[in-house]
Amino acid sequence: MTLFFKQMAMALLIMLMGIPAAFSKDYDYININDPLLNKTPVAVTRFKVFNGHKEEVRDGARAEQILKDALDFTGYLKVMNPAAFLAEPAESGIQLGQINFRDWTGIGTELLVTGGIEESLGQVTLKLRLFDTYNTRLLVGRIYTGKRSQVRKMIHRFCSEIALKLTGNRGVFGSKIAFVSTVNGHKEIFVCDFDGHDPKRITRHNTISLSPDWSFDRNWLAYVSFVKGKADVYIKHIKENRGAIVNYEGMNIGPDWMPDSLKLAATLSFSGNQEIYLLTKKGEIIKRITRSWGSNVSPRFSPDGKQMAFTSSRSGNPQIYLKDLETNKVSRVTFNGQYNTSPAWSPDGRRLAYVGIEKNKINIFVINVNQGQGRPIPLTAGQGDNEDPSWSPDGNLIVFKSTREGGRAKLYVMTAAGTDQRRLLSMKGEQSQPDWSSSAKME
Amino acid sequence: MKRNLWMNLMMAVLVAGLFMTVSCAKKTMVTEPTTIEDQAAEDANAAEAAKAAKVAAEAEKLKQQEIQEQMLQEKMARKAAAKKRFINQNIHFEYDSAKLSSMAKMLIREKAGWLKANTGVSVIIEGHCDERGTTVYNLALGERRAGAVKNYLVDLGVSDARLQMVSFGEEKPLDPAKTEAAYRKNRRAQFVLK
Repeated sequence: MTLFFKQMAMALLIMLMGIPAAFSKDYDYININDPLLNKTPVAVTRFKVFNGHKEEVRDGARAEQILKDALDFTGYLKVMNPAAFLAEPAESGIQLGQINFRDWTGIGTELLVTGGIEESLGQVTLKLRLFDTYNTRLLVGRIYTGKRSQVRKMIHRFCSEIALKLTGNRGVFGSKIAFVSTVNGHKEIFVCDFDGHDPKRITRHNTISLSPDWSFDRNWLAYVSFVKGKADVYIKHIKENRGAIVNYEGMNIGPDWMPDSLKLAATLSFSGNQEIYLLTKKGEIIKRITRSWGSNVSPRFSPDGKQMAFTSSRSGNPQIYLKDLETNKVSRVTFNGQYNTSPAWSPDGRRLAYVGIEKNKINIFVINVNQGQGRPIPLTAGQGDNEDPSWSPDGNLIVFKSTREGGRAKLYVMTAAGTDQRRLLSMKGEQSQPDWSSSAKME
Repeated sequence: MKRNLWMNLMMAVLVAGLFMTVSCAKKTMVTEPTTIEDQAAEDANAAEAAKAAKVAAEAEKLKQQEIQEQMLQEKMARKAAAKKRFINQNIHFEYDSAKLSSMAKMLIREKAGWLKANTGVSVIIEGHCDERGTTVYNLALGERRAGAVKNYLVDLGVSDARLQMVSFGEEKPLDPAKTEAAYRKNRRAQFVLK
């Protein structure tokens, strides 16, 4: 692994030296007003094979597919159908001087990605380039070297560079999704890649485990489990055998890590009231945050850590509130309907996605906050029960639970505009409560 | 001749009288053992009666025992039925509510009675929700349901120490169907003996 990084660092260094340094972000490649409704077309060419042996051809095709799937997944790129292509860079050349950009602007693509693969002795070298077809420029060029099993990782690192170039952030490619899945009548915590790939079981409690939540550094998961016969919060290091249990008398539920430190909020009921507290990662109470009649649940810190959204039944039915953590001022966010729960912040802190019940149907809505009270906009409608929204770290996607297919709960992804709703992963059992992690730097 | 006839007649009467006397005497003698025999029979009868009475008493005792056993069984059955009812009769709630209806209160009073009659028993009150609504809010709602039942029991004089609460939210429906009837069944507080 260390060798892999060294090799990659070397490759990156070589590539960076060979590329003109004129990449100041002077041009908006992605329409920032409506990127999800007006997707940017991108053409991904067949990979050029340098040696031409069977494994190389096969891995090249695999790399191309991974690349297309990843770009398609972003929600703001539209991968073009190769049937329309007028040129074949896999034959004519994948470098800047070898590309006739009119072949690409002619079919309406604004972005072009070319790839090359060289494979010998189990080592794979990928040469990947992103071009701006209208300005005839190389935007990103990278060479990655690794084992055959690392092709997916290398492609996603390149996609992360593409996202950085196009949007200013590294996108979803280094992120993971924690979720709950049924296993033999129990509920366990799982983690998968951003695109639903490679789901791995994290807990083996053989009971009900719920509500996973990633720490900002992605090293910790907090979740709820009934290991001791009642709901307690479990704090678990994702790699090391470390952690703590928050098991005050009564119920301990709905953990949410702070956005910049290893402290978390959770609802504890030991006082007889269901109130939200701030806790250390060992479960010690730092302070009480809410103080009101009824249930106070599902705390969610704003991305800047200055506010907390939460659900409270203080008005008689569950509604979403905002608490300013500096002034302690509380304001109500939702006024439509009798049931609004499960707030989730967009990463820019401007919007809350949440779950609302209207006309007996449970759907996901989004509402503007902090810039005057907005009107709730439904993101799902007419397709089963839709719950548990969680935003991707780049703010372009929302993962959620839906019962739209056969009444069984599965995980889906949509753009933040509610478009492109599709299954995240196919797994046995029922899945729910996804939590999208921050994006790791893919260095 | 006339006098002879009279004499003969007298004789006849006398002899007849003699015979009568003899027969009378003989009769008295026979009667006496009869009387003795009657006494023995009476004794036998009495013994027999006593025996019968004893048997009857025994039967009566047995019958009483049977009745008592039956009553005990019935009592135990009633007790078991009461216990079964205590465990199986759930307290139901309206949608998104932890408020006790008058029906719910009646059932809880019955449960308080049972708990007072069974002082050694501690229970767990489970709060449950139907599947509508969200996981976390339903955990909270389930706890408020269990709490409402517990508080009423405490008000009725059941010791707080015997009542534990746990909420399962929407995690343990009795009926997984997506119907109003199933939802009604699933919105409940349920008693489990510790």
